[in-house]
Amino acid sequence: MALSFILYFLKWHLRIACWRSPEFAKRLKEKNLVAQFKIADDSDGRYFEFENGKITSKSGLHPEPDVSVIFKNQRIAKDLLIPPIDYQKQIDAIKNFNLMMIGPDEQSNWLTEIILEAGRVGWRWGTDVGHGEIRYTNHTNGGPVFVYTKDGKIVRLTPIDFTDDDAGTWTIEARGRKFSPPRKTSLAPHGLASKSLIYSKDRLLYPMKRVDFDPNGARNCDQRGLSGYERISWDEALDIVASEIKRMNREHGPGAILAVRSSHHTWGNVGYYISAYVRFTNIIGASTTMLNPDSWEGWYWGAMHHYGHSMRNGAAEIYGQVEDCLKECELIVYWASDPEVTNGVYGSFEGTIRRQWAKSLGIEMVHIDPYLNETAAFMGGRWIAPRPTTSPALAHAITYVWMTEGLYDKDYVATRTTGFDKWRAYIIGDDDGTPKSPEWAEAETGVPARDIRALARQWANKKTYLAAGSMGTTLGGACRSATGAQWARSMICLMAMQGLGKPGINFGNLQFGAPIDYNFFFPGYAEGGMSGDLANTGSAINLYQRMPHLLSMNPNQQSVPRLKMPEAIMEGSAEGYPIDIRSIEGQFIPVKYPAPGHSPVRMMYKYGSSYISTQPDSNRYIKMYQSDNLEFVVTQAIWNEGEVRFADVILPACTNFERWDIGEWANPGGYGHDWIGQLNHRVIGLQHPAIKPLGESKSDFRIFHEICKRMGHGAYFSEGMSELDWVKRMFDASDLPKHITWKKFLKKGYFVVPPEGEKTRPATSYRWFAEGRKKDVPEPHPLPGSYGEDFLDGLQTQSGKIEFESQSLKRYGQDPERPPLNKYIPSWEGLHSSDLVEKYPLQLISPHSRYSFHTKGDGKGSSINDIEDHRTQIDGYYYWIARLNGDDARARNIRDRDLIKLYNGRGAVICAAQLTERLRSGVVHARQASAVYDPIGKPGYSTDRGGCINLLTPGRTQTTKTHSAAYNSCLIEIELWDGTESQTAAGEAAEIGGEVPAEAV
Amino acid sequence: MKWNLIVDVGRCHNSQNCYLSVVDEYAGNEYPGYTAEMPLHGHKWIDILKRERGQAPMVDVSYMPTMCNHCDDAPCIAAAENGAIKKRDDGIVLIDPVKAKGQKHLVDACPYGAIWWNEELEVPQHWNFDAHLLDRGWKQPRCVQACPTGALRSVFTGDEEMAVIVKRDGLQVRGPELGTRPRVYYRNMDLFEKCFIGGSIAGIKDGKEECISGAVVVLNRDGAKIAELTSDDFGDFKFDGLDPDSGAYTVEILHPDFQSKSETVNLGESIYLGLLSLQTR
Repeated sequence: MALSFILYFLKWHLRIACWRSPEFAKRLKEKNLVAQFKIADDSDGRYFEFENGKITSKSGLHPEPDVSVIFKNQRIAKDLLIPPIDYQKQIDAIKNFNLMMIGPDEQSNWLTEIILEAGRVGWRWGTDVGHGEIRYTNHTNGGPVFVYTKDGKIVRLTPIDFTDDDAGTWTIEARGRKFSPPRKTSLAPHGLASKSLIYSKDRLLYPMKRVDFDPNGARNCDQRGLSGYERISWDEALDIVASEIKRMNREHGPGAILAVRSSHHTWGNVGYYISAYVRFTNIIGASTTMLNPDSWEGWYWGAMHHYGHSMRNGAAEIYGQVEDCLKECELIVYWASDPEVTNGVYGSFEGTIRRQWAKSLGIEMVHIDPYLNETAAFMGGRWIAPRPTTSPALAHAITYVWMTEGLYDKDYVATRTTGFDKWRAYIIGDDDGTPKSPEWAEAETGVPARDIRALARQWANKKTYLAAGSMGTTLGGACRSATGAQWARSMICLMAMQGLGKPGINFGNLQFGAPIDYNFFFPGYAEGGMSGDLANTGSAINLYQRMPHLLSMNPNQQSVPRLKMPEAIMEGSAEGYPIDIRSIEGQFIPVKYPAPGHSPVRMMYKYGSSYISTQPDSNRYIKMYQSDNLEFVVTQAIWNEGEVRFADVILPACTNFERWDIGEWANPGGYGHDWIGQLNHRVIGLQHPAIKPLGESKSDFRIFHEICKRMGHGAYFSEGMSELDWVKRMFDASDLPKHITWKKFLKKGYFVVPPEGEKTRPATSYRWFAEGRKKDVPEPHPLPGSYGEDFLDGLQTQSGKIEFESQSLKRYGQDPERPPLNKYIPSWEGLHSSDLVEKYPLQLISPHSRYSFHTKGDGKGSSINDIEDHRTQIDGYYYWIARLNGDDARARNIRDRDLIKLYNGRGAVICAAQLTERLRSGVVHARQASAVYDPIGKPGYSTDRGGCINLLTPGRTQTTKTHSAAYNSCLIEIELWDGTESQTAAGEAAEIGGEVPAEAV
Repeated sequence: MKWNLIVDVGRCHNSQNCYLSVVDEYAGNEYPGYTAEMPLHGHKWIDILKRERGQAPMVDVSYMPTMCNHCDDAPCIAAAENGAIKKRDDGIVLIDPVKAKGQKHLVDACPYGAIWWNEELEVPQHWNFDAHLLDRGWKQPRCVQACPTGALRSVFTGDEEMAVIVKRDGLQVRGPELGTRPRVYYRNMDLFEKCFIGGSIAGIKDGKEECISGAVVVLNRDGAKIAELTSDDFGDFKFDGLDPDSGAYTVEILHPDFQSKSETVNLGESIYLGLLSLQTR
C-alpha cells in the first residue's frame, strides 16, 4: 500500500472529527498551512491544505509546503501510519532519521497535535450525578478525590467511597480477631482544603513583569522584593524569557542558567517536576539544583553506614510490618515519630485505623519527643521528653543498660552484626573513660535516669517495634539537627541488639508494610514521566521501556547545592555532597560550584516559591535575590506568595485540577519504592481537568512547551503530543490495560488495584536477615555489585551484616564529626554553646506543618488558616502559632494568645503564643512552612510577621562533609511583641526600619 | 426513622477534617431551600474544642467536635419568627435561609453557640447535617465521611433503637440540664469533663533510683477508699474520672520493699503529683 493511499483516509478522519466536535472544528481554524507527507526520494506523497478550518488533500508534491513529514521509504511509512501507533517504532524512526518533520515548531506541533486530537473526539469522561453536577476524579498530595462541578465551577471535593464493582479489601487475622480497613480512600486536611486554594484570591492569573526591570536597560536587581509589578501578555513574557535564555548561553556560556525547584509538586506523572520540568531544563541546558536529602538527612548521611539501603536514601525495608506488628508486637516505641501529622508524606490517614487496631489489641506505646506530639496524644502511653538534639545520648544510655544487664539478643549480635566489642567499649566507657550510663544521659537529655532504665528494660523484655522517625520504618524524625545522623545511626544500632526482623521486632508504626499488591506496575512520579532522563530519574528501570519516548540529557554538568545556593550566587562558590543512591560511598564525593569551565550562574528559573520558610536561615535566600549577580529571575508559580515577589518576570501556572494528568496515590517510585505499601487500597486516578485554567494561567507543561517552541525545541519537548496524549501513553505503559479498558478508565476516573492473595503476601522485612537466609522481600536493591559474596546474601555493608563500627565511614575517615563508631558529639548549637546560650536560652524545634502540605495549604486565603492550631486571628491578622511551656511564658510575662517575637542572631519572627504542658521548659515548638513572608522592614533584614520560622534556623550543615540541613539545632529567645519594631538583640538582624513594602500586585 | 450523630471524644485527634469538609461544602455554594453560602472565613459550624489536662510529663489532650445539636426541643425554633426554623420528620433542624433573614437574635437563642451570623447575607447559619446531600441519597453527612478516626458516626434509626444505643454505650449530651434534648450524642465525655490525679513512684534499689512498678496505689476521699491501681513499668499511676473542684483526696502508696507513703491533694483541675520517692524499709 502506498503512502498517498494510506493518507487518503486522514482527510476523512479529520473531517469526521470536525462534524462530531465543534471544539475540534474550532481548533482546526487556528492555523492555515500546507502539510506535505512524502517519501524521502519524492517518489510518492500527499499534501493537505488547512484553510479557515477546511481540509483539502491531493496526491503528489506541493511546491511550497509549510510543514513536511518525510518517511525514508514506503515500508517505514506503512509501519508508522497504519494504526495502532507503535511508539517504539516511531521513536526508533525519529532517532535514526527515518522519519523527519521539517517546518517551524508552531506549525509542525499544531499539525501533530490536531491529528492526535481527531482520534479523541469520541472520548467521554465524568459522571453525571444529577442536580446539574458532573463528577470527575483527581489527586491531591494527600489522597485521591472526587471533584464535583456545576456550571463550570468546582462545587466540592470528597474522598472516594468504593462501590461493589471496585476490587476487594484485604483482611489480617491477629490474636483471634479479623481486621479489614473500610472500603474508601482517606483524605488529608490539605487535600480537603483544595477548593479554597484553587479559587484563592492570590492566584496568579496573568503574566507580570517587575516595573523597574528592563531587559534592555536597567535591571535594578536590588529592588527585588520591593518593587511592584505590571501585567504583560504571554507573548511579551515568553519573549523575554526565551531571549534571556539565549542571551545567557551566548554572553556567558553553559552553566549561566540555574533551574531551581523544591521537593514536591502538585500531583500527576506527566506534569510532575521529575517529568516535564526535567525535560525542559535538559533542553535549555540549565545548571541544576542539587537537593539535599531533606526527608532522609540523618538516615542518608548516617544510618546507611551501618546497614546499607542507599537506594532508599538510608531508609529501611517496608514489607509485612503491619501484619507482623498486629500479630506479634507487644510494645511500640515511637521515637520522633508523629504519623498522624506527617501522614507517610502522601498516605493521608491510611495508617490511622491500623494504629487504632494496634491500640485495641493492647499493644503498649511509649513516645519519645520533646513535644507530646499528636500521635502521642492520640495513642496514649508514656511520654519521654529529651531535650532537642540529645536523643543519641538517650539511645546510648539505653544501650548501656542492655549491655550491663545482658538484656539483648546475644545470638543475633554474634551472627548478624560486626564490631560489637568496639561498640561495647565505647558505651561502657572503657575507651574514653565515660560510661554512657543513664546518669550520664540524664545530665545531657534531661530525662531521669530511672526512666531510662525502665524504658530499656521494658523494651528488651518485650517484643518491641521501634517507630523510628515519622514513617516508623525510618525516614524523617530527629534526623535534621546537628546530631541528626547520630540519632538515625543509633536507631539501627539499637535494633541490631534486639534482633531486627524477628517476629514482633522490627521498624514501624503501622504506617508502612500493608498487604497490598506490590507487583502491579504503575509508574511513580519519580520514574521520570515524559522526561526521557535516564541519569537523573528512575526512568531506566521500567518506564523508559514500557513507554518508549525520546531520551533527554542535560549537557550542562554544573549543579548548585540547594543549602548553599545563596553563597554560590553571592560569593561565587560553594561545595556540597550529592544524593547518589547507587552506593553507600557516593555521598563522600564532593561536588563543587562552579564546575570547572562553566559559567557562574547569572539567571534563575525558579519553579515554585517555598524557600523562604522551608530552607534554613532563609534570610540568606532573600538577600541572594537582591544580588546583581542574578541578572534575571523568572518565577513560574501558581500563587502570589513567598518568593514570587522577588521575580523579574512571573509566569502563572495552573493547579492540577485545571489540566490533564494521571497518577497513583502515594506512589513516587524511585527513592520511594513501594511507598504504596502504606495504603489500605492502591488507587490509580485519572486526573480530569475539572475546570479550565483560571485567568490566563497555563499548565507547566504548556508553559515549557511554549518556551521550547520559541527556540525550535517544541517538537522535541512534547514529541508532538498534548498532555492528554501523554496521559494515555502512561496508561498504556502500566498494568492497567490488563484490567480495564482505556474508555472505561477515562470515564470512571479511578481504578482500585485488587489486594494481594494471602498466600502470596510479601515476606516480612529483615526476617530473611534475622534467619540467615537470602533476601526474599520484593525490593530490587541493592545493585548486584553491592553484594560482597552471593547475590541476595546479606546487607549492602562491606561485611553484609549490621556494622556497629561502620566500615564505610572507616574507609572514608575524613569526617571527624562522623566517626566509624556512633559516638555522641553534642550539637554545635545547643545548651553547650556557651557563647549563645545566655542570649538565646530556648531550644526551638520546627517540625512539619500539620494541616498544610508544607507551604501548599497555608496563606493565600486557604480555609486552613482558620484552624486555631495552625494560625490564629488576632486583630484581623492570621498569626503563626508558637508553643511554649507555661513556666517559660510566665517568666517572660507572656500569656496565651499574646503576640511574641522569636529571635536570634539570624532573624526575627512574630507569632501568637500557645501555652502548653506538652513541652518541657526550655523548648519552643513552631512548625515550618509558612507561605506568607511579610517583612516589617526591608526584606531579608527585618522581622517577619508572616510566620517564616526558618528565618531563625541555622544554615550550617550537620557536619562539614555533608550537604544536610540541621533545622532543629536552633537557639532563640522570645519576648512579648508590642506591635512596634525595634533593634533586635544581636547585630546581623539589624532593622532598616520603616515602610511595609508596596503592594506587589 | 431519624438522624442522630454520635461523637467519640476518645477518638478525635483534631484532624479538622470535619471542619474543612463543611467549609468545602458550603463556602461558595448555595443550596436553595437549605442553606445560603457560608463565608469562607470566620464561621465554625463544626467547632472542635480542646482540653489539655495535667502537667508535664503526665499530660493528655482531648478534642470535642461541637456543632448544632438538632435538638428535639430547640430553643432556636421557639425564638424564630415566621417559622424560620423547622424540625423535619427525620429529626433534622433546618434554618430557612430566606425566612430567617435579618433574625440576628437567633445567634443568642442557641445555648450552644452553634448558630453563626453571616454578616454579608444577614442570615443565621448552622451545621444542618448536610440535609441537602442526605435528601439526594448520600448515606452520611460529609463530616462523617471525612473523619479519619471514626470519631463521628451518623445513625439513622428509630428513637427507640437509639435509646437502646444511648443506654448501652453510656452516651451523654451537652448541656442536659438545658432540656433541649439534643440528637448529637457523646461518648467518652469524661475526658473533657473529669479530672485525674496521677504520679510517678520511685525508690532506691541497689544504690540507684528506679521506677517502682507493682506498687499498690489507693485513692481515698473522706476517709473512704474509692479506687485502687497498680503502678506500671514507669512507676506511673493515674486515677481518672474525678470531678473537678471536688476537694481533698489522699493517695496512699504501698509496696512490700518500701515504707508506705501518703500524699494529700486538693483537686481543682487535673494534677500530676510528680515524683513520689519511697523510702527503703
